[in-house]
Amino acid sequence: MSAYLSAILFFPILGALLLAGIPGANRTAIRQATLAISTIHFLIALPLWWLYDPTGAEYQFVERVDWIPSLGVQYYLGVDGVSVLLTLLTALLTPLAVLGSWRYIDRHVKEFHILLLVLTTGMLGVFFALDLFVFYVFWELMLVPMYFIIGVWGGEQRIYAAVKFFLYTFIGGLLMLVGILALYFQHERATGTFTTSLPDLLGASVPGELQLALFLAFAIAFAIKVPMFPFHTWLPDAHVQAPTAGSVILAGVLLKMGTFGFYRFAMPLFPEAARDALPWIAGLAVVGIIYGAMVALVQPNVKKLVAYSSVSHLGFVMLGLFALNATGVQGSVIQMINHGLSTGALFFICGMLYERRHTYDIEDFGGLSAVMPVFAVLFMIVTLSSIGLPGLNGFVGEFLILVGMFQTHPWMTGVATAGVILAAYYMLRMFQRVMFGPVDREANKGLTDLSGREIAILLPLVALIVWIGVYPAPFLARTEPSVERFVERVAGEGFEAPPDLVEIAPARGAESERENETRDGEETETP
Amino acid sequence: MEHLIWLVPAFPLGGVLINGLFGRRLGKGAVGFIGPGVVGAAFVVSLVLFLDLVGRAPEARQLTQTLYSWIAAGDFQANIGFLVDPLSATLMLVVTGVGFLIHVYSVGYMHDEDSAGFARYFTYLNLFTFAMLLLVMADNFLLLFVGWEGVGLCSYLLIGFWFKDRDNATAGKKAFIVNRVGDFGFLLGIFLIFGSFGSVAFADVFPTAASVLAPGGDLAFWICLFLFVGAVGKSAQIPLYVWLPDAMAGPTPVSALIHAATMVTAGVYMVARSHALYDLAPDVLAIVAGIGAATALYAATIGLVQTDIKKVLAYSTISQLGYMFLGVGVAAYAAGIFHLVTHAFFKALLFLGAGSVIHALHGEQDLRRMGGLKPIMPVTYWTMLAATLAIAGIPPLAGFFSKDEILWRAWDAGHPVLWALGFVTAGLTALYMFRLFFLTFHGPFRGTAEQRQHAHESPASMTVPLAVLGVLSVIGGWIGIPPAIGEFLGGVPNAIEAWLAPVFLSAHGEAGHAAEAHAVPPAEYALMAASVAVATLGILAARHLWLARPEVPQRIAARFQVPYTILRNKYWVDELYDALVVRPYNALSRFAWRIVDEGLIDGLLVGGTAKVVQMQSRAMSGWESGSIPTYVMVFFGGAIVILAYYLFG
Repeated sequence: MSAYLSAILFFPILGALLLAGIPGANRTAIRQATLAISTIHFLIALPLWWLYDPTGAEYQFVERVDWIPSLGVQYYLGVDGVSVLLTLLTALLTPLAVLGSWRYIDRHVKEFHILLLVLTTGMLGVFFALDLFVFYVFWELMLVPMYFIIGVWGGEQRIYAAVKFFLYTFIGGLLMLVGILALYFQHERATGTFTTSLPDLLGASVPGELQLALFLAFAIAFAIKVPMFPFHTWLPDAHVQAPTAGSVILAGVLLKMGTFGFYRFAMPLFPEAARDALPWIAGLAVVGIIYGAMVALVQPNVKKLVAYSSVSHLGFVMLGLFALNATGVQGSVIQMINHGLSTGALFFICGMLYERRHTYDIEDFGGLSAVMPVFAVLFMIVTLSSIGLPGLNGFVGEFLILVGMFQTHPWMTGVATAGVILAAYYMLRMFQRVMFGPVDREANKGLTDLSGREIAILLPLVALIVWIGVYPAPFLARTEPSVERFVERVAGEGFEAPPDLVEIAPARGAESERENETRDGEETETP
Repeated sequence: MEHLIWLVPAFPLGGVLINGLFGRRLGKGAVGFIGPGVVGAAFVVSLVLFLDLVGRAPEARQLTQTLYSWIAAGDFQANIGFLVDPLSATLMLVVTGVGFLIHVYSVGYMHDEDSAGFARYFTYLNLFTFAMLLLVMADNFLLLFVGWEGVGLCSYLLIGFWFKDRDNATAGKKAFIVNRVGDFGFLLGIFLIFGSFGSVAFADVFPTAASVLAPGGDLAFWICLFLFVGAVGKSAQIPLYVWLPDAMAGPTPVSALIHAATMVTAGVYMVARSHALYDLAPDVLAIVAGIGAATALYAATIGLVQTDIKKVLAYSTISQLGYMFLGVGVAAYAAGIFHLVTHAFFKALLFLGAGSVIHALHGEQDLRRMGGLKPIMPVTYWTMLAATLAIAGIPPLAGFFSKDEILWRAWDAGHPVLWALGFVTAGLTALYMFRLFFLTFHGPFRGTAEQRQHAHESPASMTVPLAVLGVLSVIGGWIGIPPAIGEFLGGVPNAIEAWLAPVFLSAHGEAGHAAEAHAVPPAEYALMAASVAVATLGILAARHLWLARPEVPQRIAARFQVPYTILRNKYWVDELYDALVVRPYNALSRFAWRIVDEGLIDGLLVGGTAKVVQMQSRAMSGWESGSIPTYVMVFFGGAIVILAYYLFG
């Protein structure tokens, strides 16, 4: 049994311990050390890209040792294709976040970076956990550093935002805890063994009524995290108040924990309930797409605009998951990565604006293309990625989600597709007001273009944005078998295409049904 | 020859990379060589491919190349793959050929830009060429859509090229968003195609269309209608044409290339490319023809009273695109493409000529301050005259053949009303185009003395492209001489129709649209004579109104104030959309934010929590206050209570 995942998981915490030994007054040393630690961490995690075998076992690099034997709790880790991509995203964003905090964070520098590294471990634990107890521990673990990052290094309303973030997530976590415990006892009643192992729990089905209740407990916890309409109002506050690094990690990784939770736990554990809830959740996702786009339009604060755009984008991700076919779910998974890259980059860009002008008000800018040409190019590419321009990453995800969902829910998809118009409206309007027109404010005339450090932050993100847009195959290939297992588990054999599909395309619907049925069962894990 | 296909888009893409990454350092000389050079190279490769096709038997004229699998997920699969057949080869020659001339012209036109702006301009222009080539060369709907949105992006970037002026940037944004409305329809069309065929590849869709879709059925109807919504946006037809007049904010060569010769015709290309689907949806074809004819007339009426030289040409473009849709709408696909080609020649020339005038007058675009430029700018004058005669439909110039073909096909297909709309438009076209021509070149000069003094003929980099396009505007129509005339010339065939016939036949194998040898009905001669007559009438009227009796138009305007005001204000359609769509949407968005988000969700539902938060935040003075552990304790306690209740209750 390799300890590869444990190494990836705990390396940041070890790094945090190392930081603790550096005197807090030596800020540059702390920044440099954190950058080195997180860069090495990324390099340690990077081989996952090659070592993970998409065609191999469902969970790989599995580590499994008893933790609390009397309760059946195990330290049980493993990754599938989706976890691999999210892990790499997390490991990539952390060093960039350190770079993005280089000037922004100037008090309690040491504490900040320690928390950032602890947060990284917390997030990775969520992606690695194959035991519900372990999952829950990491879920709550990541909450605490983020709470402090917002509450200590945030803007003027930071306490309000931090507590709101904490309460929302914590209440959700609590519901989930109840769900986990109920599932735990239910499983014992049904099989006679106490276990919190995900694969074991997946093997036994939960009776109908309880299944819906448990699904809801999990789903609300995750829906808050995503966040889905109407659980989203913590997000704009948290984003606007959080320091740049906090916003980037929040948008880039933390929101994915919600969608990942649906993918890894809520839907496969309770497939019948997930199918029953499909019209409701997909409906809320569509509402989120449109609603987020509308509210984003009228925001005077650029950071808040990006925050609401996340509500809209995450609506697409949820919609794809509930397409319950491989096309839509693949789109959803790639869109999780895309959103991390694009919105992460957008929050970095907000930070770059803020560091120059100490404001997020769109009104305070205008004409910046003339004074910051390099910034203009990178900002433009990221903006286009966010509105799903073909050739960049966002299109691949959105298109697959929509084309997948269309096969089962054409009307809902039709409404969601209108989101592409609205996204262009609010993003280009913002871009124009910030970047085009005359430079009519004195304070903007002398702005400096991006520094080398800032280019180093955006360049890797832009490179990935283009790569996934032009050649997404390596990404799609890594998640395909995992996604197919997910679809088989959740859509199941009893899943009937709704009548509106049958009307539109009888031949296709029947065909994909047959394909689903003939797929083999799950494979065993590597020892 | 298949292995060469990728080079066609690769050359302009290479130009994008070089000019985009190093252009500023390379300097204007190098950029001005690379920018046009890569397009010229793409033209040469296109020509080689074209000649290869010509050398083959008609039914074997098809080259394909698949580069790689682009998106494959679940059942969905789309390649980066190209298809070169007579239709795409024709468009490739137009895009790279006319595109090359406009690139060359741009070197002169944009000469006053600094090196950064110059490099940016050619980066965008090369990017446009690349995207447009993807659009016409794609072998599947998704890649076509990539080019489709890509050209929209370049249009956005180039309209707002002089972004320091807020109006330019706004016009670019408007173009992008209105196009997105169309793209929304296009996407739904693609979803339906995939749902029906399980593929988006042309090779899977078109040959099986007749067996998968019931002719005249709902599915065929909706697929074609949604695709057409995309075409309406991109090709600026009613009701989504509003972005194109504003798009004139971009540099004039951009207007020539993107907003006249190539991009805006993409909708026509797409409908013609998808004719196997449209043939199964006669109702949609009727809509296409109806919208085309209505747009043709509608835009021509507005063009009549515009005073900005480029705006006149913009409405003229909308109007001519209407003709093309009328053509494809009556299933005369080859006629529609034929008009696309000739229009590319003469409308590019008209814009470049207008640009030459604007250049000479240092940015003046108002027709009321022009006049008398004939002796100063002879090359511009004579080439513009050729283009104006061509668009007016005077034989034997290019526009005559292609427009007349469309009108005849409309009549022949049993649509006398549509024919009549097109016929009236033909007269109006001659009228407003010669209005523009006379106001620009004849009569007294009405600008400032300083403008007059500095007015000059443009440099060779601009006049040579004008001359080449001038020749093409004269002889370009000879590739489509109808049998009615051809038999007098000793059996000259309709070359373009024969050339495109395999494309428009192959899907069905039935002898549908090709020009087979048939007796020319007398009606065709009558209609031909009528359209020449109405065009001549239009020219004479223009001469009378704006040359001989320049006071008459003012009297007419004063006399018929109501219709004049309506036309001057372009039927208030922009204002209408603003009132019906934009403002309500913005208001609803504000409502969603202030009332729903802040009031309802945050205020009412989360209100209780917020109170707690307020109390807590007062208690929390720093990050070491210890209140979080209290929370944790409280909540874990609660969890245990709930759990106990659940398990033992």
